[in-house]
Amino acid sequence: MALLTLVRDLLQTPAVATALWIGSIVAVVSGCAGVFTVVRGQSFAGHALGDVGSTGAAAAYLTAVQPLYGFLGIGLLGGLAIDRLGNRARERDVATGIVLSLTMGLSALLLFLITEQTSATGGPLSILFGSIFTVAPAVTLPVELFSLLALGLLAVLYRPLVFASLSPETARARGVRVGLVGTLFMVALVIAVEESSLVAGALLSTALLIGPAAAAVNWTRQIGHTLALSAFLGVAAVVLGIVLSYESYFWPPLHRGWPVSFFIVMLVLVEYIASRLWRRRREATA
Amino acid sequence: MKGLELPRADQTILDLEGVRVELGGKVVLRDIDVALRRGELVGVIGPNGAGKSTLLKVILGFIRPSAGAVRFAQGQRAGRGAIGYVPQSFSPDPDLPLRARDLVALGIDGDRWGFSLGGARRRAAVDEALAWVDALSYAEQPVGRLSGGELQRLLVAQALIAEPDTLLLDEPLANLDLRSQDEIVGLVGRVAHERGVTVMLVTHDMNPILGVMDRLLYLAGGRAALGTPDEVVRAEVLGALYGHHVDVLRVHGRILVVGAAEVESLTCEA
Repeated sequence: MALLTLVRDLLQTPAVATALWIGSIVAVVSGCAGVFTVVRGQSFAGHALGDVGSTGAAAAYLTAVQPLYGFLGIGLLGGLAIDRLGNRARERDVATGIVLSLTMGLSALLLFLITEQTSATGGPLSILFGSIFTVAPAVTLPVELFSLLALGLLAVLYRPLVFASLSPETARARGVRVGLVGTLFMVALVIAVEESSLVAGALLSTALLIGPAAAAVNWTRQIGHTLALSAFLGVAAVVLGIVLSYESYFWPPLHRGWPVSFFIVMLVLVEYIASRLWRRRREATA
Repeated sequence: MKGLELPRADQTILDLEGVRVELGGKVVLRDIDVALRRGELVGVIGPNGAGKSTLLKVILGFIRPSAGAVRFAQGQRAGRGAIGYVPQSFSPDPDLPLRARDLVALGIDGDRWGFSLGGARRRAAVDEALAWVDALSYAEQPVGRLSGGELQRLLVAQALIAEPDTLLLDEPLANLDLRSQDEIVGLVGRVAHERGVTVMLVTHDMNPILGVMDRLLYLAGGRAALGTPDEVVRAEVLGALYGHHVDVLRVHGRILVVGAAEVESLTCEA
């Protein structure tokens, strides 16, 4: 109850209210996309897409464009390149590595130019580690629309995506268009990763994508339940992380707010460890 | 699920005419002429690289032959459940959140967009398929925790639930212990002879399926010989396929094919 009261009070602050709303939406999308990312063994691609998107965010920062569009634009190009270059898991990892190294090199140059031209370190820091409290309210609508698109894609793809993720050849024999399903999933994954880069930063976006999903997998036996629990765990980590970050302004001795992404990552880690302990206990008693 | 339709041994269900496949500039299959009849179980055997899996992929439509044609009876085409397929490798992650019944259910509507609404008929169909392969006892178990033999039963159920005319199994006996091999062979034999489904089963060792196999398709050197085991597994027939002298030994009811010393991978329990 105390937490609910605190959240209600925080909602009175516009920046925090925006952060809670956007963070929750992003956590739902990442939680759902993360389950399929784990099942398909695409965690490396999921992580890489965050770093790839940082190139676009840096370019957007330099040209005074909203970073979300930079994250999404370059992320989509990188995601489609990974999808086209690699069909099998090993090929996909190699393709991911190539795209990642190429874009990270470009990202290093752009982040250098930001610090040189603007004498500001805030831009690179917010791109790499997130800045949910400084997200402009104008971003809310695009985030809502892209999130709807990603969730809609996952809902439409659900059965063939599960089938193709388990056994591509069997799915193909049954009539599933495995390549198309993989490409459309990549679009949903890009949206999930790049949106979570807004919340937790490019380097830590993986935490929201993989952490809740990996924890939910340990707690469930059906993918439908896994999706719901993963989304819930993601929202819980984001909301609690934002609350703790806001509260940390009052913590001695510095009385300065701690980064939201730190709290989110730590909470996701706690969720994952708890799920592993629960699973170990269940297996021991089975 | 299909009822107990009696097989009509005279009805050709799948016809390969002069099929030739080249992969990476190498001829894998040449002039393959095979006509499969309804309700028969055909074992496919041959050394590594002989084109056994390639042949299945040609039938499935995954690989387009450079010459020849694959024809299905009554205008049927590959895909959409006309052909059931059990792949060579399926080893789900131990943590995969998927029950055995959910895996089988993908055979009903895994190709359709969106979520399944479930329903009593769907559940009954899955239960029936699970019962047919004797897998009801672990229907609620996560697939990642099942043995190789249990997984094979589920994959057969997943293929059968779409009521295929043809079932292709790529090395279903690999990595199974002898008891599990016997169980899967018995199950596959029932699929062909009780349900009237034409079965092609790829295996390295034909001895486990000698008791249920109707005909044998022996692939070697890109060529094929089709007939009963007694017709095909003869020194002169296999020697012509390999282009080398081979010996066929029969020991305690088992058949061994032994090749010339310079021919690798030719010693096999055929």
